Amino acid sequence: MENRIFNRDMECMPRKELEALQLERLKSLVDYCEKNSKFYAERLKKAGVTADKIKCLSDIEYIPYTTKDDLRDTYPFGMLSVPKEKIVRVHASSGTTGNPTVVAYTREDLENWSEQVARLAMAAGAHEGTTVQICFGYGMFTGALGLHYGLEKIGAVVVPTSSGNTEKQLKFMRDFQTDAIVATPSYCMYLAEAARSMQDKYPMSSYNLKYGILGSEGSTPEMRTEIENHWGNGFFCTDNYGMSELNGPGMSGECMYRDGLHINEDHFYCEVIDSVSGRTLDKGSTGELVVTNLTKRGLPMIRYRTKDITNINYDACKCGRTTARMHKIIGRSDDMIKVRGVNVFPSQVESALIGINGISPNYLIVLRREGYSDSMEVRVELVDGSLLDRYGELVALQKRIHDNIKNILGIEIKVNLVEPNSIERFTGKAKRVLDLRNEK
Amino acid sequence: MYIKQLSVFVENKSGRLAEITSTIAKAGIDIRALSIADTTDFGILRLVVDKPFEAEKALKEAGLTVSLTDVIAVGIPDRPGGFAETMCKIADKDVGVEYMYAFISRDHDRAYLIMRVADNEKAIAALVAHGCEILSGDSVYKL
Ligand SMILES: [Zn+2]
Repeated sequence: MENRIFNRDMECMPRKELEALQLERLKSLVDYCEKNSKFYAERLKKAGVTADKIKCLSDIEYIPYTTKDDLRDTYPFGMLSVPKEKIVRVHASSGTTGNPTVVAYTREDLENWSEQVARLAMAAGAHEGTTVQICFGYGMFTGALGLHYGLEKIGAVVVPTSSGNTEKQLKFMRDFQTDAIVATPSYCMYLAEAARSMQDKYPMSSYNLKYGILGSEGSTPEMRTEIENHWGNGFFCTDNYGMSELNGPGMSGECMYRDGLHINEDHFYCEVIDSVSGRTLDKGSTGELVVTNLTKRGLPMIRYRTKDITNINYDACKCGRTTARMHKIIGRSDDMIKVRGVNVFPSQVESALIGINGISPNYLIVLRREGYSDSMEVRVELVDGSLLDRYGELVALQKRIHDNIKNILGIEIKVNLVEPNSIERFTGKAKRVLDLRNEK
Repeated sequence: MYIKQLSVFVENKSGRLAEITSTIAKAGIDIRALSIADTTDFGILRLVVDKPFEAEKALKEAGLTVSLTDVIAVGIPDRPGGFAETMCKIADKDVGVEYMYAFISRDHDRAYLIMRVADNEKAIAALVAHGCEILSGDSVYKL
């Protein structure tokens, strides 16, 4: 894959200059909010922060955080900082509980958003003339339209197939000789499986698919390898990250070296905090990602708590970009549990189970207190009796699961194999942790 | 030549074994031989019964994890050294024994060995060549 960079000036800027630019943009954002945002003007006043008081980037810590609840409480347009007529687009995320969160964009915001997406799409392999099929659902969701305009900006041939209708998707993929697809990792995998099931009629070589631009949900390296092997022919996937509160996709994305997601730092200032104490952590630490959108004006976002857990690497990358790289999301701060002083995310256990045959992806973490120490048990379901013939295989399976999880978490755990379908199923969000530490 | 053996996964939970055996009893199935391999975490119960397919069905319906495997039943003289003689006969034939267990029959001079080997045909050939008695499924089920 050729190493193409969409905006060399911004993506390869010396870090000193980049930080100076961030500071300048932060000051102008604060100044703008004081004058135009009723919501932020009140908060800034209460905190005693004015634009001229901000002397360095860390002075941002004097400004309170913004949360999803703020967006819900001001539904639909309470956080706008321009008259509604100045807005040219509105998106909303589905609210499973309470009000949806509404986000709004000025014309300038949309231009910035397209620029951000154009950069990550090019880092993921797209360029002028690349045929890209967008298999995200269009609608109120920011994913599809975000990628759509970013890809148009770089001159890609955009095919907005949206999600669903698998046979049509594959037909267009063959007939248009689609080079890249935009999809969630699971849909990309689903399409590959569907393509494989029709191999008698359409061999895998009838596809020209080279790049997967994956987003909207996280993927583990193991999942990625599985997707790539399913498509075969050198198919290469990258991850990107964003959320509607911060425009949508476009905040960060992987380059061909896939060693973290490059953040568009001229537009986004990132901090990592301890999600419990709210304290800002040192550079490189793992914690909750807090993001300030430096250039957004329709609905500004200062110190937004993403609830996503990651860490940020500020070293230069082999690709030539100087922008910092965030680690793939490790977990959600809501799901974090502390075991013997170590932060553990159920998603880490999940990733340790992927790729192991003979077990289901369903699992349960059971925490107990033994004396003065915590113990962690992971219950994993067998899928069937196929491993029962050889006792050694079951023991080896148990050891493999144990070693995988221990490697990822760094703490001792106990693995218990249990009957198929014996762990409770949940239709909504699964409950993965049973904490018995405070029970007698 | 082969007999059907059931392997049942036994979770590390108290009462699990009782649950499994009473499921079999309720289905009117007689156990001919059994063995259990376990660690502190889980076990595998091996069973030879009079009606293996019915037993498999009953256990599956009760939500248990079961598999059926072909194993060999060998008749050996029930006297000191009987077991050792049989083992010597197949030891030099490179027959990989995964596991085995023995039970005594109602005939006072016979004992039986249930063997799970890597290569059933090879093992049977070696045993037959040495004059060992290989039991058919039906004869074991009816014991
Ligand atoms: Zn890079």
